[in-house]
Amino acid sequence: MHEMSLTQGVLNILEDYAKINGFAKVKTVWLEIGQLSHVEPEAMAFCFDAVMKGTIADGAKLEIVETPGQAICVDCAEELEIASRIAQCPKCGSYKLHISGGDEMRVKELEVE
Amino acid sequence: MCTVCGCGTAKIEGAHKHDHSHDEGCGCNHHHHDHSHDHDHHHHPHDMHFGENEAGVSVPGMETKRLISIEQDILSKNDHIAAHNRVHFKEDGIFVLNLVSSPGSGKTTLLTRTLTDLKDQLPIAVIEGDQQTANDADRIRETGVPALQVNTGKGCHLDADMVAQARSRLDMPKEGVLFIENVGNLVCPAGFDLGEAHKIAILSVTEGEDKPIKYPDMFAAADIMILTKTDLLPYLDFDVAACLEYARRVNPDLKIFQLSSKNGDGLDQWYDWIKAGVDAAQS
Repeated sequence: MHEMSLTQGVLNILEDYAKINGFAKVKTVWLEIGQLSHVEPEAMAFCFDAVMKGTIADGAKLEIVETPGQAICVDCAEELEIASRIAQCPKCGSYKLHISGGDEMRVKELEVE
Repeated sequence: MCTVCGCGTAKIEGAHKHDHSHDEGCGCNHHHHDHSHDHDHHHHPHDMHFGENEAGVSVPGMETKRLISIEQDILSKNDHIAAHNRVHFKEDGIFVLNLVSSPGSGKTTLLTRTLTDLKDQLPIAVIEGDQQTANDADRIRETGVPALQVNTGKGCHLDADMVAQARSRLDMPKEGVLFIENVGNLVCPAGFDLGEAHKIAILSVTEGEDKPIKYPDMFAAADIMILTKTDLLPYLDFDVAACLEYARRVNPDLKIFQLSSKNGDGLDQWYDWIKAGVDAAQS
């Protein structure tokens, strides 16, 4: 389950920022997770508590902001929202879609003290 | 502890301990943290409560909680190290290929055949990723090509730091090709850049033609697909045309090879492509 690795990546970012910004405790973490990213939000939430235990983010609240997948049809230039990478353009039926958004995995914001 | 996986269980042959901290940095001039600032929070309005800190009072100017905007990719550390690997590979003119697939697709068999056929024409080395055992690296070394085994322990994929460490322990094939055989897993390695020139998804005809749409992330992340074990097609109901159509639905730009490591069909095109890649890596 690579969500474990990714959650460890989140912790690394928190620890780096704790040094730079001088905080000792993270209360809330906001993650932005695109619908087309490599993350299953439920798996991430499952890993979060385990990975953060005994760290500066022990007991922190996880807020996942999910962003929709966005694409542009290569054949007819239609802009569309898609839920998976194997979507079809509703206008021309093409599968040739250029992904333009919704594949991000980002630490967005922290509430700290 | 690994850069992003932190599992602490990755073992690289010849290394007794994980001997550098990831906080040391790599000597590059760019940093991830040059944009961070505290600010008022507009996006997630909360009810306001005063006097909830440990002292139970609110003192103006002494608010203990604050919000910090970060906007940093979770994979940024991995991507930073991968970029660093890429710079080293470019300096040495090494064409690097990251091979990903399900377990049992024939990655190692294709690799040993390729090494046997090309080792007298090109400098080659192999980084082998598996959770446990050095069996695959042993198979590679039997061909006479240098190989280093990276055991990820519980980890389900290689990451850029593992490759960076392996890079310093294995003689790099300057002006040649470095194959990185990832852990057999069609999901987890998709998001982890290692610094390669191409991510190659290998699919065997014994697996079912709809794998590209069952595991779209990997076929979207890869830019090359190899359909292997084509010598078995006469004995199977595998629909090649449907498979290629599914793969191109997920990734219209996918370049596809069809070959058999056993009877040699299609290997010439694969070898020509590798040699062209090595030539291009010298410019």
